Amino acid sequence: MAGTTTGIPRDVTQGLTQGGIGESTLRPDGTLKVTGEFAYSSDMWHDEMLWGQTLRSTVAHAEIVSIDTSEALAMSGVYAVLTADDLPAAKNYGLEFRDTPVLAYGKVRHHGEPVALVAADHPETARRAAAKIKVEYKELPLITDEASATAPDAVLVHEGRDDKHSKHVPHPNIVHRQPIVRGNADEAAKRADVIVKGEYTFGMQDQAFLGPESGLAVPAEDGGIDLYVATQWLHADREQIAPCLGLPEDKVRMTMAGVGGAFGGREDISMQILASILALRTGKPVKMVYNRYESFFGHVHRHPAKLYYEHGATKDGKITHMKCKIVLDGGAYASSTVSVVGNASSLSVGPYDINDVEIEAIGLYTNNPPCGAMRGFGAVQACFAYEAQMDKLAAALDMDPVELRQINAMEQGTLMPTGQVVDSPAPVAELLRRVKARPMPPERQWESSEGADVRALPGGLSNTTHGEGVVRGVGYAVGIKNVGFSEGFDDYSTAKIRLEVINGEAVATVHTAMAEVGQGGVTVHAQIARTELGVQQVTIHPADTQVGSAGSTSAGRQTYMTGGAIKNSCELVREKVLEIGRRKFGSYHPAWANAELLLEGGKVVTDGGEVLASLVDVLEDEAVEIEEEFRHRPTEAFDLRTGQGNGHVQYAFAAHRAVVEVDTELGLVKVVELACAQDVGKALNPLSVIGQIQGGTTQGLGVAVMEEIIVDPKTAKVRNPSFTDYLLPTILDTPTIPVEYLELADPNAPYGLRGIGEAPTLSSTPAVLAAIRNATGLELTKTPVRPEHLTGT
Amino acid sequence: MRVNFTVNGRKQTADDVWEGESLLYVLRERMGLPGSKNACEQGECGSCTVRLDGVPVCSCLVAAGQAEGREVVTVEGLADYAAHRDDAHPGGACGSGSCGTSLDAAQRWQAKGTDGQTGEGTELSPIQKAFIDAGAVQCGFCTPGLLVAADELLERNSSPSDADIREALSGNLCRCTGYEKILDAVRLAAARQEEAV
Repeated sequence: MAGTTTGIPRDVTQGLTQGGIGESTLRPDGTLKVTGEFAYSSDMWHDEMLWGQTLRSTVAHAEIVSIDTSEALAMSGVYAVLTADDLPAAKNYGLEFRDTPVLAYGKVRHHGEPVALVAADHPETARRAAAKIKVEYKELPLITDEASATAPDAVLVHEGRDDKHSKHVPHPNIVHRQPIVRGNADEAAKRADVIVKGEYTFGMQDQAFLGPESGLAVPAEDGGIDLYVATQWLHADREQIAPCLGLPEDKVRMTMAGVGGAFGGREDISMQILASILALRTGKPVKMVYNRYESFFGHVHRHPAKLYYEHGATKDGKITHMKCKIVLDGGAYASSTVSVVGNASSLSVGPYDINDVEIEAIGLYTNNPPCGAMRGFGAVQACFAYEAQMDKLAAALDMDPVELRQINAMEQGTLMPTGQVVDSPAPVAELLRRVKARPMPPERQWESSEGADVRALPGGLSNTTHGEGVVRGVGYAVGIKNVGFSEGFDDYSTAKIRLEVINGEAVATVHTAMAEVGQGGVTVHAQIARTELGVQQVTIHPADTQVGSAGSTSAGRQTYMTGGAIKNSCELVREKVLEIGRRKFGSYHPAWANAELLLEGGKVVTDGGEVLASLVDVLEDEAVEIEEEFRHRPTEAFDLRTGQGNGHVQYAFAAHRAVVEVDTELGLVKVVELACAQDVGKALNPLSVIGQIQGGTTQGLGVAVMEEIIVDPKTAKVRNPSFTDYLLPTILDTPTIPVEYLELADPNAPYGLRGIGEAPTLSSTPAVLAAIRNATGLELTKTPVRPEHLTGT
Repeated sequence: MRVNFTVNGRKQTADDVWEGESLLYVLRERMGLPGSKNACEQGECGSCTVRLDGVPVCSCLVAAGQAEGREVVTVEGLADYAAHRDDAHPGGACGSGSCGTSLDAAQRWQAKGTDGQTGEGTELSPIQKAFIDAGAVQCGFCTPGLLVAADELLERNSSPSDADIREALSGNLCRCTGYEKILDAVRLAAARQEEAV
């Protein structure tokens, strides 16, 4: 392709004398990010590029009667207008089932589904052309909830399902159903002195990553395509993209462009196939950038859920049994609903030791927006409900809510409801103890010699109170999250490590396909290479499909998996280096044959610290390169009837204490402090660990008091697709977040580490809810808590 | 239409600007300055914050034509801007918030090389350095806007309280960090500024 592309990621080299694992090494891309030079996917540019634009459905469920593109095509500056009839090959893609149309054909199944595509020489021209496409719809009945989905005469969202779950589900509008039964809940309930029941509603949350879906597709001379996008998993994208383009995978060359956050929302395909089709059709590079409005339609959201729970306990606080039903709304396409159902059911008990349980989780097909991965993945919804139940149970027993949790807390050796043994540390009671033991933030912090500082009060600068009607509340919660891909998935990552001498110094190059979405994977990768190879200089090669898959940057798995792959490949490189050393210098010193040898400070040393040779002398002009896959221990599918099976890889635990102040007259909430304690196994980079915990905590806070995509139940249309109407926590809404972490090693994991990114998102929400209940005495069974829930207006 | 304005101390002309284009669009797509980010186009997220004659604005809400004859500072020019301010007002705040760039300095200004691999050796403003050191950068998409806003805060208030920092940065959304490290970064930059006096 003639012309030049700018914004292509390049090698980033970081040279540090320190900077091994366990240190708070700074980001290698930090300088680029603070100077504005770091190129995100929306910053990609080609001097001959066109701009792509989608037209999306204005209704949620309808037959497409006709599409007229003639006016759009006639516009000056327009190069292509495409509909499903123009698709070159496979018409559908999808993470778990290939049920999602690239462009709608026959019918649309949700509001905002892509129907047509435009390429033009200016983004505004493309938008105006898209607006001139005329689509005639014939509306169909809407499926919007469990009742309408499973009614005997319900319209089917997808007819003729033949996916692997279609045989066992009770209704074709149920994507997947996972029951779990252990012990005998009915029998155990007879021992209960108290029984509490609750019905909870979890709203639809948006990932709201700040960098919109975007990228650049450049047609190549070999008929293939070079695609620069922001995604969470390059190889899974490519598996879905290539069939839709009618190309073999090796002709779809993908490179990770700069990613502006992800949180699960980039696990599914967004503009990848659309931009590629336009580029192949026009023969020109095509850039696509969703605006925020489109972004709300351009990715899946967190499943909204209805949760029905029953717990019983004896007078001494020992829980007798738990029964629950969890209904997750997957929306119009499956995305990762199957796995979210598996997580919600298998983690529905929470971090508690309960022997007798009866669990059912289902995921629905509806005409609501599609839902899939978001940080916490099915465990978030469950945690919100079981933690509300714990408080309810404590109140019924007249017991301290933390004490009740500690009495029932799981520990190493406890059985999960799936029958899996928790075989590494599970310090649930200790995490609760730590957040409870923290000193309380001072009361009435708004008071000063100059009167009330309204910035410290509910309502803030709106100046709605100077302390009148303001009541403090405190709440606790704890959660359990699985780490890594579960249920028998062949979860692996690949790392290519090269060690060579450049300008008289040993340099390690790390090449993986890991998606750096902001979490700091690149920082940790360099730290691991430094630790394992004893070098200072580490080059991080851009992530692309020229190396094997790294798996997804999700499920808290990347440091475990790609970090583990780097550690593993570095160990193999080290063996080769030592072999070369033995060959060259073995005859000069017996330690080459006898001693345990390490690479440290650019040298080969014995475990006693004796220097045998420098890496530069060993390697000379030889480069050692290893590309190897790394797997975690295998898991099993859950039995479809009993839910039994060693389904998960690792568990992560976090606890929160929330302190809130509520203006009870206006229903305004100020979260004063949100303290977290978490077991991280091993903190490879303490600064990043704390950043992850604080970030995850804040996303949980958001869903507690402000965040929700509102879908009109009558039309299934999204009512608030903008940052004006979908509220996110600002720095004024976010309290101080003190973090304590434990490092109890998991013997199965590299360095003993635990995936850390997700657990803090679980317990944050129920802790805030518990604190608001504590302040107001209200039951509060929905997220987010809105002013009208508190004032009853 | 044609728009003439000063960007990071250098006179610039943008031709064929469509009347509906925002200052953000012109900076990103016509000036080759993609540092200012587009995340909402509604003035809610602050990712596109720049200084317009010294005043922090959401450049997505400023029509390009409104920048005619005015001075714009973006994240790409922040280090130079801060260095110049320190030269002109050593150790202290600018006060007016619009100390501007001298003609002489503007003529000497040159774009920084963009081929630096890690940008090592790049001159950074105190707030840029503090964001890296404090761990305030994760995905970094909000960072340019936050830096411009935080630099402006420190210019007018060299020792802000936490409440001052929260108020000044309340127009900038960050989805990754939970803001705690951003507060740390502003505190750190202020403390270093204090030490330097």
